[in-house]
Amino acid sequence: MMENVSFATAGAHARAPEMPVKMFGRKVEVFYGQKQALHGVDLEIPERQVTALIGPSGCGKSTFLRCLNRMNDTVAIARVVGDIRLDGEDIYDKSIDVVELRARVGMVFQKPNPFPKSIFENVAYGPRIHGLFKNKAHLQEIVETSLKRAGLFEEVKDRLDEPGTGLSGGQQQRLCIARAIAVSPEVILMDEPCSALDPIATATVEELIDELKQNYTIVIVTHSMQQAARVSQRTAMFHLGRIVEVGPTEKMFSNPDDKRTQDYITGRFG
Amino acid sequence: MSTSITLLIPLLLGIGGFIVATSRARRFSDVGSGKMHSLPKYHGYLVALSIIVPAYLIIFLWLFFEQSVLRGVIVNALPDALTNGATPAQVSLLISQVQQAASGATFGNPDPAIVEVAGRLREAVVFSRWALPLVIVLVGLATAAVLVSRIAKRFRARNYSEAIMRGLLIFCATLSILATLGILLSLLFEGLQFFSRVSPIEFFFGTRWDPQIAIRPDQIGSSGAFGAIPVFMGTLTIAFTALFVAIPVGIFAAIYMAEFASPHVRGVVKPLIELLAGIPTIVYGFFAVLVISPFIREWLGSIGIAVSPTAAIVPGLVMGVMLIPFISSLSDDAITAVPQSLKDGSLGLGANRAETVTKVLLPAALPGIVGGVLLATTRAIGETMIVVMAAGLTANMTVNPLQGVTTVTVQIVALLTGDTEFDNPKTLAAFGLGLTLFLATLLLNLVAIQIVKRFREQYD
Repeated sequence: MMENVSFATAGAHARAPEMPVKMFGRKVEVFYGQKQALHGVDLEIPERQVTALIGPSGCGKSTFLRCLNRMNDTVAIARVVGDIRLDGEDIYDKSIDVVELRARVGMVFQKPNPFPKSIFENVAYGPRIHGLFKNKAHLQEIVETSLKRAGLFEEVKDRLDEPGTGLSGGQQQRLCIARAIAVSPEVILMDEPCSALDPIATATVEELIDELKQNYTIVIVTHSMQQAARVSQRTAMFHLGRIVEVGPTEKMFSNPDDKRTQDYITGRFG
Repeated sequence: MSTSITLLIPLLLGIGGFIVATSRARRFSDVGSGKMHSLPKYHGYLVALSIIVPAYLIIFLWLFFEQSVLRGVIVNALPDALTNGATPAQVSLLISQVQQAASGATFGNPDPAIVEVAGRLREAVVFSRWALPLVIVLVGLATAAVLVSRIAKRFRARNYSEAIMRGLLIFCATLSILATLGILLSLLFEGLQFFSRVSPIEFFFGTRWDPQIAIRPDQIGSSGAFGAIPVFMGTLTIAFTALFVAIPVGIFAAIYMAEFASPHVRGVVKPLIELLAGIPTIVYGFFAVLVISPFIREWLGSIGIAVSPTAAIVPGLVMGVMLIPFISSLSDDAITAVPQSLKDGSLGLGANRAETVTKVLLPAALPGIVGGVLLATTRAIGETMIVVMAAGLTANMTVNPLQGVTTVTVQIVALLTGDTEFDNPKTLAAFGLGLTLFLATLLLNLVAIQIVKRFREQYD
């Protein structure tokens, strides 16, 4: 029944031990002006696993993702209701500093968006604004480690002074991932990180995501069923601002409970 | 027939030609089958354009040469007794006498010969007034007749009418370039005249500016000194004072509007700031002379600092206010043109707004901001009215904004005001200054445009 969904590395599906919950949302509702984009979403995000958010365009999956590090704050008309907690702390509480929150919950965007600065300065940006290094050598080390973790170091080690905008699309996206992990976040949010990349660059980034989950909790929004199947351990299916089904990726793709999930992942709608 | 009616004739003829030609073209049985080369309306356009364009060309040339032809008529009609041995100046005096007599303004008892010539002139004018529309109508009808008779299935009316339109567009585009070229050439010509009398070395490197020369050979007085360095220094002192005010205020206002203001506040503040650009410079001049100058002198005088009444700081400050909208508006555009994705990237890493502005937005928008500053600089050094009212006339070798200075533009105004003769270095010096100013602002503008252009390409 699931012939047209290809499963990639078995490693991604090696039965993960039950992980503690890193973040969760309860009855999350989001309004853009008069329009309601999310209608009471409940979702738990396990630690050091990849959680994929899937669903047709406009279903609210990106909106939910942007709630997790309060990026919706930058949208003047957006209003968020409900309870979202990181390690049990309400991230919308008045005592939470949004700057600190975003250092803990990093984000990688749909379109690679390197700053018009050198490769080095792009990665050093976060450590600089948060004061995460003791001296120049330490900063150098952070940048190097981050680039290595993002699998980009070998390709750029001789041209760290060149502008980040001069890299190819796939390299730019890995640079943005390196930039995100340079501040040692606990959670990394990825909003369709491969939609602007070619298949080869996509494969590289997917491998990277698979490795990153050893150290980071990852939430990824994707349009590609195959990608969700390949990289995630848990999948949540969004539809019209609600979660219709959530569970282990393997089960979602082989034996979904909900008719809509089944139709969507077999390509009958969406 | 009055000129305004004459100007309407080609339009009416053109509309008529359009109607005739389209209805003629529609009579072909092939209309609507796609077998005609051109749609009927293109036959109409071709006829209309072929009437209108030459007609206005005729009117232009006619009016352009009418005066000299009429002069010829007068000179020919004047009796030899009056013109024989007359100098050109006397002849033009006679001509204006005739012209006045013809228009009915006579004083005393005019010479009967003049009255007679005036009669001839009147006849000639009346003839010209009627001949022009006649010529237009005849030419227009002839053109229309030829073209309408040529309307055929394969006649390429569309291509021809498009060619005429393209010619018109090219003409209009060329006109502005020609105007610039003409201005540059006239400046260059007079400027070279100046430099043939005063050496460029004295002009560009001399430190004494005193453009007074003796009017009579026996007059005691200076022979004039044309070292423009103090004038340039005055200009730059005022310009820098202005930029000192305008750059920080403009850029900070732009950052506020682009990043911190709510849409509502922005909607109110932005037009208000841009209102500053619409205030006539002479009003700024009043403001400088009547408000700022006494205020600064009293204020600094009260703490024991002497300020010259024509101190550079007064026009400088006021000009700075005038330049704020130039810088804020261009910087605002540059900042808002930085893609949202870069802003999100910075905020997503936990940067606060101030860090995002200083570390991402400003560096990315810098070329646009620099372009705005350079454009403001060209305005500052070319600005005339404020400095004419608030700066001085004496050229001082100083960069102290509390002392009186003069500027290039003020000197040009001073040199060309009143009775002027264009054969002495004093007057011609204005063109030397003008040429220098023109070249400097042209250069700055070119650089600014290049920078702004490169900046635009970065994100498009």
